[in-house]
Amino acid sequence: MTAFREQMIAQRQPPDQRRGVIGWLRTNLFAGPINSIISLIVIAIAIRLLWPVIDWAFIEADWVGNSREACTSDGACWVFISARWNQIVYGFYPEALRWRVDIVFAIFAALIAWLIVPKLPAKKSVGIFALIGFPIVSWILLLGGMFGLDHVPTRLWGGLMLTLTIAAVGIVGSLPIGVLLALGRRSKMPLVKGVCVVFIEFWRGVPLITVLFMASVMLPLFVPAQMEFDKLLRALIGIMLFWSAYMAEVVRGGLQAIPKGQSEAGAALGLGYWQRMGLIVLPQALKLVIPGIVNTFISLFKDTSLVLIIGLFDVLAIIQAGLTDSDWLGFAIEGYVFAALIFWVFCFSMSRYSQYIENRLNTGHK
Amino acid sequence: MSEANAISNNTPMIELKRLNKWYGDFHVLRDIDLTVKRGERIVICGPSGSGKSTMIRCINHLEEHQQGEIVVGGIQMTRDIKRIEQIRRNVGMVFQHFNLFPHLTVLENCCLSPIWVQKKPRREAEKTAMEYLERVKIANQARKYPGQLSGGQQQRVAIARSLCMSPEVMLFDEPTSALDPEMIKEVLDVMVELAQEGMTMLCVTHEMGFAKTVADRVIFMDEGQIIEENAPHEFFNNPRSLRTQTFLSQILGH
Repeated sequence: MTAFREQMIAQRQPPDQRRGVIGWLRTNLFAGPINSIISLIVIAIAIRLLWPVIDWAFIEADWVGNSREACTSDGACWVFISARWNQIVYGFYPEALRWRVDIVFAIFAALIAWLIVPKLPAKKSVGIFALIGFPIVSWILLLGGMFGLDHVPTRLWGGLMLTLTIAAVGIVGSLPIGVLLALGRRSKMPLVKGVCVVFIEFWRGVPLITVLFMASVMLPLFVPAQMEFDKLLRALIGIMLFWSAYMAEVVRGGLQAIPKGQSEAGAALGLGYWQRMGLIVLPQALKLVIPGIVNTFISLFKDTSLVLIIGLFDVLAIIQAGLTDSDWLGFAIEGYVFAALIFWVFCFSMSRYSQYIENRLNTGHK
Repeated sequence: MSEANAISNNTPMIELKRLNKWYGDFHVLRDIDLTVKRGERIVICGPSGSGKSTMIRCINHLEEHQQGEIVVGGIQMTRDIKRIEQIRRNVGMVFQHFNLFPHLTVLENCCLSPIWVQKKPRREAEKTAMEYLERVKIANQARKYPGQLSGGQQQRVAIARSLCMSPEVMLFDEPTSALDPEMIKEVLDVMVELAQEGMTMLCVTHEMGFAKTVADRVIFMDEGQIIEENAPHEFFNNPRSLRTQTFLSQILGH
């Protein structure tokens, strides 16, 4: 049998696939009798389980007041949080100097907003300021002791400002160190490779708690007595090095996924090693491992609360300390739920932002 | 560049002298001697694993040879990275799998090296890039990403990208092997045009039609050695070695 066609079939509109809420419900939840029954059961269980939580946290909760007497109902008493709000945010930072922390918070928020909103211009200069200028400004403002600002020793730092400081320094420090370690581990030079492998395997092999203990208890034993390192600084360095080892392995995974031909094409065009890495391989490799990088950031953020064991009061430690206040005994659930909420908000935001970035960087190849 | 230009036009563009290379114990290139004059167009063919790709990849040091000498444009190849990069700036290469940079647009692909290696201002680099993209008839796709182009289009971009460095030699490593049949011609047309403009070219390819039209010499390799080299007419009509005859009957027989 032969067949031929001289007139081509014209393009037609696709059939209408839009559905309203009802249409969505019908296809997804109530497609048939069994499907409907299962849906109803699941919805009933969900309501049954969630209702007490909602009831406790919102409906039966106490919101206003400034002392324990305000806690009269059966639900949560959020007065505990509002009464301790200043400590949760600033730790033991002197009250008269908290405006300095506020300025740092404000710049931080503004920088993040600037970098996130796609329409705002000069991303590059803002980014460079965020990475170099902002840490210096924050350091001067928070620590003081120069430009006529009163010195605030780091043992007074605490709460959310301490958590954010540790997380920010850890995140900003561990990524570049991790990238260098990952490149070093793939180096053809045996010495460079060896140093990187030993470094990575050492830091990955010890628990973070040990690192923090080492930094705060052991390190002072090894350095001359007159050399005094700040405890927070030691913890920051420990956290940075610890997470850079994890970051290195995430980045190495990305580097391995980039075909050899990419670097070869760069070499054939006369580009040197650092140019090939910086312009061709790393942009692709880092894009590929954004989920892994952000995963590490999130772990890092949550593990900042471990500094509690070396006597630094991060947001969780400060809430926990508040629980032992004799005026406020018995509000542990509110305290921990609130601490969890703070961590969740930051981690969830990072996670959403990473997904957004992934979509934006998609250039149509797999 | 300057060193290369200072040498008269009679000196060979590329010289390989007793080139030997091993992968572990495996002897991939055996006593390769090859001299390529300026403007000469050479097609290299041979069965897979015969070392033809390895040989041209030695010319810009994507592969390292263990014995023998390589001189490109009067510059002796050593292990010194500065010298290798000097040679690479003068030698363009087109790969089987295009190797475009997928995170950059077509135009950015073409400008990357002129900007970072030749330190050209961006605007000038873009102008030159657009001229070359025009020549390979793909200027209208300059703002697209490689992933949005067909294989033939990508390979033409890859050729333009190499030309943006104004090389004196172009190496083609099986440029049409990864293409769908209907796209081979558009790439070969660009290569023929380039050959007619007098570019020194070394092409590893199985496109015998291309060899017949443009090659000054055809080289047949097998087991890491040059078995036969001759003008295309002689090569195809009077192959001297038995291996060449077998190879030709296999690729031309169907």
